[in-house]
Amino acid sequence: MATDGLHENETLASLKSEAESLKGKLEEERAKLHDVELHQVAERVEALGQFVMKTRRTLKGHGNKVLCMDWCKDKRRIVSSSQDGKVIVWDSFTTNKEHAVTMPCTWVMACAYAPSGCAIACGGLDNKCSVYPLTFDKNENMAAKKKSVAMHTNYLSACSFTNSDMQILTASGDGTCALWDVESGQLLQSFHGHGADVLCLDLAPSETGNTFVSGGCDKKAMVWDMRSGQCVQAFETHESDINSVRYYPSGDAFASGSDDATCRLYDLRADREVAIYSKESIIFGASSVDFSLSGRLLFAGYNDYTINVWDVLKGSRVSILFGHENRVSTLRVSPDGTAFCSGSWDHTLRAQPQALLLEVALPGLEPSDRPGPSAPVNLRGCARPTCKTTCSGIKMGPVSQKLPKPAFQSTLFK
Amino acid sequence: MERMVVSMQDPDQGVKMRSQRLLITVIPHAVTGNDVMEWLIHKYCITEEEALHLGTLLVRHGYLYPLRDPCHLELRLDETPYRFQTPYFWMSTLWPAAELDYAIYLAKKNIRKWGGLFDHEKEHYDQLHRKISHTWDLVVMQAREQLWAAKQRRKGDRLVIACQEQTYWLVNRPPPGVPSVLEQGPERNSCTAGRVQKTVDFYRREVECLRKALGRARVKSSVCLEAYLKFSSQRGPHDPIMSGCLPSNPWVTDNDTYWAMNAPSAAVPTRLRVEQWAFSFRELLEDPVGRAHFMDFLRKEFSAENLSFWEACEELRHGGQAQVPALVDAVYQQFLAPGAARWVNIDSRTMERTLVGLGRPHRHVLDDAQLHIYMLMKKDSYPRFLKSDLYKDLLAEAVVPPETKRRVFPFMRKLRHSSPSPALLPASASREPSGGDGEA
Repeated sequence: MATDGLHENETLASLKSEAESLKGKLEEERAKLHDVELHQVAERVEALGQFVMKTRRTLKGHGNKVLCMDWCKDKRRIVSSSQDGKVIVWDSFTTNKEHAVTMPCTWVMACAYAPSGCAIACGGLDNKCSVYPLTFDKNENMAAKKKSVAMHTNYLSACSFTNSDMQILTASGDGTCALWDVESGQLLQSFHGHGADVLCLDLAPSETGNTFVSGGCDKKAMVWDMRSGQCVQAFETHESDINSVRYYPSGDAFASGSDDATCRLYDLRADREVAIYSKESIIFGASSVDFSLSGRLLFAGYNDYTINVWDVLKGSRVSILFGHENRVSTLRVSPDGTAFCSGSWDHTLRAQPQALLLEVALPGLEPSDRPGPSAPVNLRGCARPTCKTTCSGIKMGPVSQKLPKPAFQSTLFK
Repeated sequence: MERMVVSMQDPDQGVKMRSQRLLITVIPHAVTGNDVMEWLIHKYCITEEEALHLGTLLVRHGYLYPLRDPCHLELRLDETPYRFQTPYFWMSTLWPAAELDYAIYLAKKNIRKWGGLFDHEKEHYDQLHRKISHTWDLVVMQAREQLWAAKQRRKGDRLVIACQEQTYWLVNRPPPGVPSVLEQGPERNSCTAGRVQKTVDFYRREVECLRKALGRARVKSSVCLEAYLKFSSQRGPHDPIMSGCLPSNPWVTDNDTYWAMNAPSAAVPTRLRVEQWAFSFRELLEDPVGRAHFMDFLRKEFSAENLSFWEACEELRHGGQAQVPALVDAVYQQFLAPGAARWVNIDSRTMERTLVGLGRPHRHVLDDAQLHIYMLMKKDSYPRFLKSDLYKDLLAEAVVPPETKRRVFPFMRKLRHSSPSPALLPASASREPSGGDGEA
């Protein structure tokens, strides 16, 4: 269908204007059923208390910017990829590295763990997605068993296994997403509709397991039907590139993080945007978002080196986490929700669990104030003056927010 | 970022400015680190730490520069004076920091004070000298001219301009060890080869999609939003981040009992887990232990073939492409053929459609039948399961693990046990319930 003939009365301009007018009508239709805002409904809900979040593990070993990471279903292993082409599988509980592969390309922007835990997939500037079966056999070279699965015409920005090891969904800078069969490398379905690079995707946790959402540089988030390849819904309210999309745990909504420094929540049944998470003091883009297990919290990593935690229902910020020395590029909550891991351009990954702050005060610590949920507690005077961020010693009671790491740390891994 | 800086310079609402005394000269329009912080805290209702962070970022991006010692870009909370960078030097002007300009700058610095260049600057200087040696005379001449022109100005202005330039080059040519704030990821929207062509096809597709979207059935916002509240409150106690987890969060206490107790193949499930099966049918099926118990229940009701059929369909949908014909055939023989051993009860219309589709088997040929059976189980068997004695017994026997007390004096660092990698386990043990690994 190269330069297929235009039907009568059809020109590029007329199609374009028709699209615009339809978009306008769609917005009107969507607004008709919008009778209440989320924060109004959420007034009945109790506000969240303070959150104490500490880095429990810092994974050092990448010699360059960490670009992407994914958890294994066993809740402790992760795979991470970086700018210099290295892909490492860690047991993050013990911080041991279990496997390492060097890809022939740089900027490995996508990596994923297979549901069975037996393989990983990764890709980046090589325009391909490769699957590596994981093996502990010392004599085998992991790179030798590599299977090249996906072929795009531009960089690979995201990839994910579907319910099994046999199929992979990829998103690429050439504006398309595609579903591939791992064994044969065959293209099973392709998804066209984005007007620019597609940067992220997420599979829906639904009963029929047939849809996924993708976000791109054309500011659109689109929901696709995997079987037919059609776009089911599209949302265009962001003001800049959408860097990350993630489904709400029930599958009825999804959140997106964008370069316009906001995160937004879109409901699929109401077919509209229902919440915006933004603050005037946040001026850098959000690179990565994820929900906690119950969907009450939204963790978002930003390009200003921080992680903001939002209360999904009330729309307010619960907490802000420091600790990274360069932009946070990726953030995922573990499959059982006990912790989340963030990877950054400062070459490290950090795993941080939380505990709700209880009313405990130890002698020697200053009593805490309890301002509203949007302003995190800021304490000085931790019991141990030399405490560093990665101490795994037990801390009781209120803990101070992490202060920026001392300068000498960054020279350790050059 | 610039919006913020501009509002900071606003004479009425902006940061308090005053003339600073620097050695002998007086510099107007200077601010201190403290003032900047206070203003940020006040305007955006943020904490000190965040304000410090934000202020530091502003300095690192070159929008503010310190007057006294501009070799490190950081915001200090003392009386060190700062000034706002002139818009000429702002990053967003995207003025490419050319090599030639850098050479001129370095030459100026060199001339002004012998040995005033830092090590990395000396290196750059030598490099540039070698690279553009043919125009080196031009560089030196420019440098001298600029220095001479600067001497004509007042000392205060001279100092300011020197600081501005220095900050600009600190941002654009950071010394080694300092990460450059100008780094970006790979270019987006750039490569024309892979670009989406906005052809007639593209718009046609868009129009089609929009038309369909207009006809979509929508639900009232209030209904949808209430659903979130319900979901969150229902799942709150199950969320380790919100409510903690028993016996303890493995990351906090280095004790992985929690994972052992909730392993996919645990013999006795915890209470929370059993409760979760009641939330939705999908969650029951997703949990291997739950699914096994449901299968037991179905066997008692003589409808176990439904679940087996559903599992087989899942394998088909998510399995390898090469296995499709064989699997479809196997499913047909076992579940759909008249007189089959485990015949499933599907309504005649769906059965007809499926049988026709079996002529050309593909991954989704059994989707309709699968959905029918799924709905049957969901509407019929599942509620009965939840009311059954089997489930009630499970709930009663379920374990509620005691919370492990946190130790106050962790002198002995607890050894973190490593667990066997899923990649090591034999295929059958590591198999996830939905979708095999090709060896089914």
